[in-house]
Amino acid sequence: MSLISVLFIFFIYISVLVFILGVSYKLVQYWNTPAPLKIPIAPTSLDAKGVFLRFLREIFLFSSLFKANKWTWIFGWSFHLALVLLFFRHLVYFWPGEAPLILYKTESFKYASYPLIFGLTGLLGRRIFVDRVRYISAPSDYLMLLVLIVIASTGMIMTFANHHPNLLMVYNFAEGLITFKWSELPREFIFLAHIFPVFCLVAIFPISKLLHAPGIFFSPTFNQIDNARKKRHLSNWASKKEESLKIDIENNHEEVK
Amino acid sequence: MSNTNQIKLPTYVETPPIDRDSMAGEGPFKATQEIQNDLGFPDEKVDNWQQVAIEKIGETKSKFRSVQVFLDSCVKCGACTDKCHYYLGTADPKNMPVARQDLFRSVYRRYFTFAGKFFPKLVGAKDLDEDMLDDWYNYFHQCSQCRRCAVYCPSGIDTAEISMAAREVMNVIGVGQKYSNQILGKVKKIGNNLGMPEPALRDTLMDLEEEIKEDTGIDIKLPIDIKNSEVLMVSPSADFFAEPHIDGLIGYAKVFHESGVSWTLSSYASEAANFGIFIGNYDVMKQGALRIRKAALDLNVKRVVVGECGHAWRVAYSFWNTLSGIGSGAVDKYSMQLQKQLDSNYPQPQHIIEFTFDLIQNNQLSFDKSKNDHRVVTFHDSCNVARGSNMGNIKNGQFILPREVIKAACNHFVDMSKNTIESSTFCCGGGGGLLTDDLIDLRIKGAKPRMHALKKSEQESGVNTLAAICAICKSQFSKVLPYYDFDPYMIVSVHQLISDAIILRKKSPQKD
Repeated sequence: MSLISVLFIFFIYISVLVFILGVSYKLVQYWNTPAPLKIPIAPTSLDAKGVFLRFLREIFLFSSLFKANKWTWIFGWSFHLALVLLFFRHLVYFWPGEAPLILYKTESFKYASYPLIFGLTGLLGRRIFVDRVRYISAPSDYLMLLVLIVIASTGMIMTFANHHPNLLMVYNFAEGLITFKWSELPREFIFLAHIFPVFCLVAIFPISKLLHAPGIFFSPTFNQIDNARKKRHLSNWASKKEESLKIDIENNHEEVK
Repeated sequence: MSNTNQIKLPTYVETPPIDRDSMAGEGPFKATQEIQNDLGFPDEKVDNWQQVAIEKIGETKSKFRSVQVFLDSCVKCGACTDKCHYYLGTADPKNMPVARQDLFRSVYRRYFTFAGKFFPKLVGAKDLDEDMLDDWYNYFHQCSQCRRCAVYCPSGIDTAEISMAAREVMNVIGVGQKYSNQILGKVKKIGNNLGMPEPALRDTLMDLEEEIKEDTGIDIKLPIDIKNSEVLMVSPSADFFAEPHIDGLIGYAKVFHESGVSWTLSSYASEAANFGIFIGNYDVMKQGALRIRKAALDLNVKRVVVGECGHAWRVAYSFWNTLSGIGSGAVDKYSMQLQKQLDSNYPQPQHIIEFTFDLIQNNQLSFDKSKNDHRVVTFHDSCNVARGSNMGNIKNGQFILPREVIKAACNHFVDMSKNTIESSTFCCGGGGGLLTDDLIDLRIKGAKPRMHALKKSEQESGVNTLAAICAICKSQFSKVLPYYDFDPYMIVSVHQLISDAIILRKKSPQKD
């Protein structure tokens, strides 16, 4: 096996490992961090069903962003939606053995790359041209968009400009990663320029703002039910405090009575 | 107010181009040693403040999921950048919610994240140095914790949580704000924000009873410390003190009088406000909440009702049950005693608007609406009520109930522009512990978006009365309205509108 194949296989495993361990660590951290007070944000949900529906609206429609800014919404939403479609489009490569028929029917999802590029370019444009957004942007914010644009454009060149790598090799390579039966990596530069940044993003996921993806589910402003009067909300450390405060309270009540 | 001081404004809200450091400065007055001591904070900046601050940041993010998640989740999309009234009013980019959070986030990244430790420039991580601390003090005291930005954030990030955490960190290193901490000391020592001792309070109430008698010819009581009353009324102490608040208090008294429900104020818990929320300190906030529980137990009341005060209602509605078991579900001795004592037919605590609304629904109050015919009324949704609470246990009840109460007493009501009311309401500019004269410049500028909307309603519908249910809003508007060419007396309590129109049918106070 060629050196470059070995290096790529090594890099991909490392990045996936970092992703799994890192994201698990963050999930456990978020899970274990108490939310001591009820802080749902309007429009609040008065029951669990409302919270569920709110998440559907936020995750599938970006409803808060829609309220905030239509341009950011259309760029951000089309980018994320395209990303999901293209994820499914790529599953077929990694499926070990005969992939289910449905995965072959995602052929047309390749057109999602247009809204993907549209969204990414728009978001980059906002960072460059809107003074407020420029002010809050760090180098990593531009870099991340540029990396995504590289991924999207190399993918489009391969798909639409007939620069396909050897597809059989792609299937074998990708499937080999899953089944640990490694095979040679296609050598086309454009293919390497497509997958390398993908796994860079996978690797930095748990140490970057990409954490917004799991983070949104832990936002107390979104996931809490607005029922503080009916149901007492008490976190771990707050209940420990209860114990230590008990004596103080007793004294206080005696004193004034 | 002279005309030269007035700010001429268009009737729409413009997003200004950024104007760097336009609000740079030293921030509000710092707390003196005595004030800090009262709250148990270090009385001057501790020597190893950086170390202490960083440890405190670590502790805070491990105790508050909001802080940890919000610090990680921001993608800098910019949705919030034009949502803050202080940004819209000052154009200082550090008043954009995301930039304000970034003062905290850049320090978090530097000391707590891999990327920030090894590639600080790349991810915008920064050291916590003197300059950064100065920026913290200045700009975290240019946030009224109104949470408007959070309504628009696609990840639900609430800048108020970060701003509270930052103030808590600063207090712990001995850098406190004079205004908020002094007031908290007064509550602790005397029982209310004004530092009004019990005899003065009793005198005020007696004078007020006489005044009402002169006005109406009817004995309407303002009872205090009456055991076994039905209702304990917990009101912001501003209601005992000045216009326009005091007219709201008279309104509550008339409503109670007409309802026949016996009620009492408490000299021990003579304050609904709880500035513990502003400084982000759980313990201080809890101490405030426990005073209410103690008063409710000692006075053996059946219901707890909260007066017109914005953040007080957020604390009461969202936090009291957690902090002091006023509500249901707490299992310690005093909470259980209280639950047995309180009438479970009513939500506990209840807002005075909910109380009045119920009476109106049941036709127990009648109004001569023509008494308010000289008014064209609009309603300012106070941020903490609008975005951090509910009323009536119905969806959007916190927007519906106050409007229904106003409409029951007034013929002419109009709302301001849709994107400036309800969950999108603009802060008055003085909330979150900023209602102090040393921040008057900020307060005037921060009121601008609200004033824009009000100006539009004035021109289009002839609005001449601005009603609110928050003591801070009322004080802030009284002060800043003239700067925008409005009559400072146009701000009223919702219960003042009730007070002016209510028909008093019961002649003598109800005896139980």
